[in-house]
Amino acid sequence: MSGGTYTPRPGAAPAGRMIVAQAAFETKMLLRNGEQLLLTVVIPSLVLVLFSAVDVVDTGEGRAVDFLAPGVLALAVMSTAFTGQAIATGFERRYGVLKRLGASPLPRWALMTAKTASVLVTEVLQVALLTVIALALGWSPHGSPAAVFLLLLLGTAAFSGLGLLMAGTLRAEATLAAANLVFLLLLVGGGVIVPLERFPGAVRAVLELLPISALSDGLRDVLQGGASMPWGAAGILAVWAVLGLGAAAAFFRWE
Amino acid sequence: MRNESVVQVRGLVKRYGTTTAVNGLDLDVRAGTVTAVLGPNGAGKTTTVETCEGYRRPDAGTVRVLGLDPVADAARLRPRVGVMLQSGGVYSGARAGEMLRHTARLHAHPLDVDALIERLGLGSCGRTAYRRLSGGQQQRLALAMAVVGRPELVFLDEPTAGLDPQARRSTWDLVRELRADGVTTVLTTHFMDEAEELADDVAIIDGGRVVAQGSPEELCRGGAENTLRFTGRPGLDLGSLLKALPDGTAAAELTPGAYRISGTVDPQLLATVASWCAQHGVMADGIAVERHTLEDVFLELTGKELRS
Repeated sequence: MSGGTYTPRPGAAPAGRMIVAQAAFETKMLLRNGEQLLLTVVIPSLVLVLFSAVDVVDTGEGRAVDFLAPGVLALAVMSTAFTGQAIATGFERRYGVLKRLGASPLPRWALMTAKTASVLVTEVLQVALLTVIALALGWSPHGSPAAVFLLLLLGTAAFSGLGLLMAGTLRAEATLAAANLVFLLLLVGGGVIVPLERFPGAVRAVLELLPISALSDGLRDVLQGGASMPWGAAGILAVWAVLGLGAAAAFFRWE
Repeated sequence: MRNESVVQVRGLVKRYGTTTAVNGLDLDVRAGTVTAVLGPNGAGKTTTVETCEGYRRPDAGTVRVLGLDPVADAARLRPRVGVMLQSGGVYSGARAGEMLRHTARLHAHPLDVDALIERLGLGSCGRTAYRRLSGGQQQRLALAMAVVGRPELVFLDEPTAGLDPQARRSTWDLVRELRADGVTTVLTTHFMDEAEELADDVAIIDGGRVVAQGSPEELCRGGAENTLRFTGRPGLDLGSLLKALPDGTAAAELTPGAYRISGTVDPQLLATVASWCAQHGVMADGIAVERHTLEDVFLELTGKELRS
């Protein structure tokens, strides 16, 4: 066979290289998207700065920033793993991106690995930025970094499952609306800014079971209270992760 | 090599709810050729192609692509097969150049991305976001994404829909270059001229079945009667002419001096008419053989206009 320009020479790139390329590309798309940046960077930073500086909400004893910083870290995880991922994946499904990738050499497991990597990279950038802001506001974190790391990871798994479930089953526009609405509701009712103690007992009992509450209260137990490992919160997140990822795997539609 | 079948579809049935999109379809694609799947909207073209691409599971029948099952052997097939969807497939915020570059990175030995961008006339919009590209530019990017991994076989679903004539020619040239370099192409189209220009084989699909398959020449010859027209002096003895022609040929003087002969118009018939004219001192002017086009064939086979 001659050596023409298009002479077939098929082959998949090595899996590792495909995953790195896909994760880098998805991260680039995410960071380029203005609305996504608003959710993942601007809102958490504003919440942190605004409510630390202005005494609007009674955050209990101690400095406001010590209460707020763990909540805002939880908010950051939710904004990327849940809201951002749901919206982006919903539109990828709508525009046939997932379908087209299904015909590429990239296997689905590698695509999901790349998406997770992209979420984690974004979260690292968020956590770094928010930590710097919080420290500048006088934050003094306590506790075990390993416990914080584990909680963030479990929270990411829980929110990713729910985000992908939504993206894989609803229409893209419905996902956009619902993901933003859930973000807003959980921002208010998930112990991020408003301590759950402010809610009536029955409501509070329900709210405490939400993944955002488990993550923000769990992080607060460690970072503010110096707890070693809040197993209750970790358990709630683990249950959400198993349910969410399981349901997403079962019901996700690629087209 | 050329006669080896790279796509083999046998008795394919695909239903969506109560609608039967494909109903007992057979298709063969020979290696190194261009096969056009031709039919009106809703004929089952996309369903057939997407079943070959592994997107759909047949309800009945078998599909083999490069000897493999498109669903069960998807992982082995995907690197070897290039796919151009009818629409979409690109991140709306991605720029044309970076999307193609990313697609190339998923392959082991991709084409030179910059050369391909130049080749398809996308150089001016390499930094333009996909959603701001024109329909034609989006089509060409999708085509580039289908070939960038140097596949053995490409499926192009309506590759020239919405293209201006110049871009259409350029896409046709690329398909010819693919064939010259040994790539097998399957394309769907509802343009007759596209099938006639490009395809080695044409499969005409209607109502979810192949109603005819063959080279464009075979299809235009087979069954369809052709016409020979000429002008000469009025009042020629057509009875004498008909005696010289094969049975089943008809002749008529449409208007004084304008003659039409219908039947199997082949070189032999043309020679017979010419020598009859010579014997009778007729100077035949404006001899024209009207060949049937795929459009006529399609109309005869399906009773439908291709483009409604």
